[in-house]
Amino acid sequence: MAGYTSVGKRIPRVDSPDKVTGAAVYSADIVLPHMLHARVLRSPHAHALIRRLDISRAQALNGVMAVITAADVPVYKDKAEPVLAETPHLAGTKVVYDGQPVAAVAAINPSIAREALGLVEVDYKEIHPLFDVQEAMKPDAPLIYPGLHAQHPGGEDPVPGNIPWRVEYTRGDVDRGFKEADLILENTFITRTVHQGYMEPMAAVASTDVNGKVTVWTQSQGIFQVRELLAEFLNLPLSHINVVPVEIGGAFGGKTYQLLSPLCALLSLKTGRPVKMVMTREEVIRASRPAPASVITVKLGVTKQGLMTAASAFMIFDEGAFPERPYALNAAVHGLGHYKIPNLKIEAFDVLTNKVPSGSYRAPSAPQAAFAVESQVDLIARAMDMDPLQLRIINLAEEGDPMPDGTIFPRVGFKETMQKMAEHLAGKGKIEGENRGRGIACSYWRGGVGCSSAQVNLNADGTINLVLGSTDLTGSRTSLAQIVAEEFSIPFQRVSVVTGDTDTAPYSDLAVGSRTTYQMGMAVYRACQDAKIKLAGQAALRLNVEAVRLELDQGYFQVKENPDRCVSIAELARNSIKMKGEGPIIGHGSVGTPPYAPMFAVHAADVQVDKETGKVKILSYAAAQDVGRAINPALVEGQIQGAVAQGIGWALTEQYVFESGKVQNTTLLDYKMPTALDVPFIDVLLVEIGSDAGPYGIRPVGEPPMIPALACIANAVHSAAGIRLRELPMSPEAVFRALQSS
Amino acid sequence: MKITVNGQEHEIVTEPGRTLLDILRNDLGLTGTKEGCGNGNCGSCTVLLDGQAVNSCLVLVAEVEEREITTIEGLSRHGELHPLQRAFIEEGAVQCGFCTPGIILSAKALLDENPHPTEIQVRRTIAGNLCRCTGYDKIVRAIMKVAAT
Repeated sequence: MAGYTSVGKRIPRVDSPDKVTGAAVYSADIVLPHMLHARVLRSPHAHALIRRLDISRAQALNGVMAVITAADVPVYKDKAEPVLAETPHLAGTKVVYDGQPVAAVAAINPSIAREALGLVEVDYKEIHPLFDVQEAMKPDAPLIYPGLHAQHPGGEDPVPGNIPWRVEYTRGDVDRGFKEADLILENTFITRTVHQGYMEPMAAVASTDVNGKVTVWTQSQGIFQVRELLAEFLNLPLSHINVVPVEIGGAFGGKTYQLLSPLCALLSLKTGRPVKMVMTREEVIRASRPAPASVITVKLGVTKQGLMTAASAFMIFDEGAFPERPYALNAAVHGLGHYKIPNLKIEAFDVLTNKVPSGSYRAPSAPQAAFAVESQVDLIARAMDMDPLQLRIINLAEEGDPMPDGTIFPRVGFKETMQKMAEHLAGKGKIEGENRGRGIACSYWRGGVGCSSAQVNLNADGTINLVLGSTDLTGSRTSLAQIVAEEFSIPFQRVSVVTGDTDTAPYSDLAVGSRTTYQMGMAVYRACQDAKIKLAGQAALRLNVEAVRLELDQGYFQVKENPDRCVSIAELARNSIKMKGEGPIIGHGSVGTPPYAPMFAVHAADVQVDKETGKVKILSYAAAQDVGRAINPALVEGQIQGAVAQGIGWALTEQYVFESGKVQNTTLLDYKMPTALDVPFIDVLLVEIGSDAGPYGIRPVGEPPMIPALACIANAVHSAAGIRLRELPMSPEAVFRALQSS
Repeated sequence: MKITVNGQEHEIVTEPGRTLLDILRNDLGLTGTKEGCGNGNCGSCTVLLDGQAVNSCLVLVAEVEEREITTIEGLSRHGELHPLQRAFIEEGAVQCGFCTPGIILSAKALLDENPHPTEIQVRRTIAGNLCRCTGYDKIVRAIMKVAAT
């Protein structure tokens, strides 16, 4: 990038040397003296009352140091059943899904812990389970939580049900809008439960000191959120818990949940010894937090010219057994939000079932919504014999238009991104060959929000330490250090960056919603300005000029009109900590919730369908995205390519197979994620329409590149084989059956 | 029994039914070899056994007596990174890093046997190593870069 020395450069990740040599430390690599090993006993039933729970035989086994159940959890005391705000880490009087933790055992080795699980006696009485969202929504359905009332933006529903959240957005008059349309199509689209598929299974280690202070090492998307959860679970003050970050072997939203550390910490408090827990892959698939299945009906009306006049959507997300987070809201805001549709009605629901609780996965619930909406837009383009790219371009929202919830779009790069893709495809030419076809799809994402802070410490040799409280999923340590190097005009190698633990690091919210580089970038930028103001003040004294006449160049403050009069940052930092110095120079940056900086992604896939086997092969794939400013283009490309591969898996092969609420495919052989043979090289087209808010115009990046992928591939399959799949995954079997019946 | 890991001989006492992965991680402290699934489906635990890439979670320690084992820790020598390790860093092929040791070792086994593989040969070689972060794009490019030299 012209004018910049660090920003915009393809600087290798600071963590990569450790990762290519095996030196990087992940949760399961941690070993402490006298450490115990813990395992979890899980419910074998989808919905059952616990009539009796007897741990005495397990406790008596030689080598077992502690067994815990819900009765041992401080926060559950005085409560008949855990309240909904607290994830029930151990079942109380009933289990609500297959795989729910019921007890945990700590023993001197893993095999004794496993043996002890078999000695815990539980008497279950099975009760009527709910597996189907449409059934669970019915007014006469049995209630999984009898006191649960639906929350919605206007308040709470008076009658209890199995719907923890619902949302409805309306704009204009949809009935009138549909009357103005020349063509109306309505279709229902279905997606299945899928998993984030992080390669590193969840693991945690907890240790307790003599004062009862708990230290936890675990992979997490937010060390401070782990601390809050543990404080609540253990009924301890925040200051009595220290969460130490470790490398994270993939997360994608799935590691915003702490399924092990609360149990580890409680076992450590009980035994006074460090406790380690590692999930098996089977446990990860069966009982972590996969992304919700969905049933979405979209009705869309357009004029002869292709202008959208009205749309309605009815969206249902399978929340699984815990009302932990809403999915309806995101889907309602994002599904149709990138189009200028004057008349709109969106209803979205989260519905409880007796299945593994749903969780966040890369732009939670937006890929499902986009699968429905962007498939539907493609069907409209086909019915009108219109170029699908053109149909989208004439309907795209722009700055000043409202999102479905009324928020006004700030500066966005929707059209520019679309244009970039149009040029790319024009250069590529039409796709030729039998059973081959091209699909496109697009979507926007406004990103997650939270607060952030950062600290820069100036060292006596002019090097800088950047201290963060945000965990690094995407290479954010590297890109944030690039901002520091740029701001101080020093070589990147002179910046050292670390994520501190909760005892030492400045507070930061979760690394979610693609927010880290965007929002932590603001905090880092402010920390740099804070330090620079202090440095400039000292430089002004040294050079005997007003600070406003100084500029910073290659690590030196110099007088603008006379650059030979200068002093280095190193010298200023050295003097600041000398006797009689001004005191150490430390820059702080804090930011609250910043405005949205919506991003936009448009994808194009060329595919080939094997009509004998039903197998879909991705021949080539292009992803264009408005990233505002790529602080490190290699990292940005990596985010986009990885997200596309996840989208390919979701579209073609991945799904949970349930039988009576039990997940049947709990190995990575049966839960089929894409291999290197299933994913082509992915062309990344970066568009840089700067955001209003982010430093250097940064926009969030990591999530949007998965959102359009599912519909993009479905649209390509339609082009290639003339069949429309309204249900995912488009497995060879599903494609073959569709071909047979077409 | 005696096992040789990264050129160094170790004498260990163990039950024969434990896996090589378990021994490497828990007895020898070589935690660069990762466990992603424990049943041979993800490739995170790939090591070289007499130069061949194997899933160490599927190898019993009793099988490896008097055989040469190379783990990721044994790839760089005297502080000098292996060309594959350098290429992975330079090409941005490393994200979360959990699959990285296994993929680098699978690629090494390929390049030792066939120094100039085609793209499809590279993709076939690492098809048993799952990566969820990168979409394989920069990984394949990094291996091809070494293969081109």
